[in-house]
Amino acid sequence: MNLDIRVPIGLLFLSLGGLLAGFGLVTHFSNPTMYARSLDINVNLWWGLVMIAFGAGMFYFGRRAVAASPEVPTPTEP
Amino acid sequence: MHTSLAWIDYLIMVIYFAFVLGIGFALKRFMKTSTDFFLSGRSIPAWVAGLAFISANLGAQEVIGMAASGAKYGISTAHFYWLGAIPAMVFVGLFMMPFYYGSRARSVPEYLRLRFDEKTRGLNAISFAAMTVFSSGASMYAMAKLIETLHIFDPLVQALGLPTSYIFHLSIVVSALITLGYVYLGGLTSAIYNEVLQFFLIVAGFFPLVYLGLKNVGGWDGLIAKCPPGFGHAWKGMTNPENNPLGVEWFALAMGLGFVLSFGYWCTDFLVVQRAMAADSMTAARRTPLIAALPKMIFPFLVILPGLIAVALPTPTAIEVPADGAKVVNAAEASGKGLIPAKVTSTGEVELDSTGKPVLDYDLAIPKLLIHYFPTGLLGLGLTALLASFMSGMAGNITAFNTVWTFDIYQAYIKPQASDKHYLWMGHFATLFGTVISIAAAYVAASFNNIMELLQLVFAFVNAPLLATFLLGMFWKRATANGAFYGLLSGIVAAALHHGLSLPGGSSPGVKGAWIYRLHDYRNEMAQNFWTAIWAFGVCLTVTVVVSLATRPRPDDELKGLVYSLTKHDVEHGLPWYRKPEVFGVVVVLLSIGLNILFR
Repeated sequence: MNLDIRVPIGLLFLSLGGLLAGFGLVTHFSNPTMYARSLDINVNLWWGLVMIAFGAGMFYFGRRAVAASPEVPTPTEP
Repeated sequence: MHTSLAWIDYLIMVIYFAFVLGIGFALKRFMKTSTDFFLSGRSIPAWVAGLAFISANLGAQEVIGMAASGAKYGISTAHFYWLGAIPAMVFVGLFMMPFYYGSRARSVPEYLRLRFDEKTRGLNAISFAAMTVFSSGASMYAMAKLIETLHIFDPLVQALGLPTSYIFHLSIVVSALITLGYVYLGGLTSAIYNEVLQFFLIVAGFFPLVYLGLKNVGGWDGLIAKCPPGFGHAWKGMTNPENNPLGVEWFALAMGLGFVLSFGYWCTDFLVVQRAMAADSMTAARRTPLIAALPKMIFPFLVILPGLIAVALPTPTAIEVPADGAKVVNAAEASGKGLIPAKVTSTGEVELDSTGKPVLDYDLAIPKLLIHYFPTGLLGLGLTALLASFMSGMAGNITAFNTVWTFDIYQAYIKPQASDKHYLWMGHFATLFGTVISIAAAYVAASFNNIMELLQLVFAFVNAPLLATFLLGMFWKRATANGAFYGLLSGIVAAALHHGLSLPGGSSPGVKGAWIYRLHDYRNEMAQNFWTAIWAFGVCLTVTVVVSLATRPRPDDELKGLVYSLTKHDVEHGLPWYRKPEVFGVVVVLLSIGLNILFR
């Protein structure tokens, strides 16, 4: 099976992390009071960045493994 | 409290749904034979199988139930991990996997047929199939109930023009349909791949919660200072049930939970064993539970600590106006403990127990904490993590159900000689009707207040005697088929009898126990469950041994590869010592002992 699970995990974390970090960055200036509940830490921005880093790592290693494995022909309908 | 969700929270959920279904679609073309669909073609690498092994177990009962128990009993809840799960996971990896994987059985009941006979397999297959759909229904019920109580989706439902009470039905239907979708499309592989994805998502969703909570209450010391006494110790006061929050003594804890319940679950429950059976080699299959044990060891900090934090926080007393919106405290919250609100009757009044104290809704520990700390954005992620845990648990149940149904019930008793294509079709169909039965079960599973205890009850009836059957089957070649069958049957009956004759404190006879006669009272449901398991195990063990000795044994030739003393060991002789599963297992056990000492 030439689907390495690290690739979709990487993509999911990259998109969710990017979304959170971007939202965190915008709200950091537009609506800083919304972070009162999270002890005045902009958790969207920081955790978004962590998720991006994790997602990038997963994606990189997943892609590398897929590239290294011999090409498996897609099964055709019998 | 009226926290509502913003577009970004919904967007995060939608992206998650798209990914899980996308994985199902991507795997659809690989599902050509029944082996692909039910066993992932035995092609899963050890680390993927390992994370799926732990994630399949990380359903509603785990995340919600463990936080609820943490809020109720404190850090001693970690016994479910450090005393219960870890030793059992090491044992199944080192000693039992060679027979599960080596016998090429396609399911746990099928191993029973190879080792014993058809009727033992039938008994196990039918009781297991019933248990899985029930667990999955209970999980679904818990999720829908939570979402309904939180009221966070109310604006969405109102926008659709439906009454807010429909949120319960909608949650069940939507989550069931998505899980059904990806399991139907990609079979076990899809379930396993999604479980790995869900594993990371659950960690990503709950880690910031624990971080913020601990920072807020002043670290570990601050947390324990604000919790009820005894909450910071796992072993203190274990000599007497009166002196510790669990209400059990060390023998019931070590024997009931540490041995019978945990080994019974991790070593014989096909839901988890199926993940290891899908591994790509014997070594990978043996490593699967060991790899799973590492994250499992630190999970108490992720799922139990939120319960303690919820109790440690101040109980809302007056109307608070935080910076981002007005917050009105209602009676249920004000009469709660910490962030955990009291239960409310259908008329909107606070529910009181027989002594006049409010009944607390412990299952709300994690969701309340999510809403308390997470701002828009991260709140979406936290809720998605919660949904992911429900789905991984449910998918685990559904894949175990469709396999046992197709191989051990349908192929065994209904249509034995059909083509592989037919069984593949039946697998798809079983996925569908398994989900439908689960939904029906969700509407039935409503009368217990703590899901964990309900599930433990079911496990105790069905799983506890099973452990004795497997231990004797794998490690005592003299055990016979009739011994196993009558032992198992009497074990299940013993469990039911024990439950029917004893009653946990504060309950009235009925579904909680003593439905035959009130012979003995336990301090709480946990103590009763542990002793039910001990009795079931003991009776099954005794009856199996006695009947086996009175019946004719099977010749040794037929038992090769099925029994320890007749199977070649040391299958990994080519590996350097530090890569052997045995060494890995010892390290895991030592780490677990260290945690027990640290939190004694």
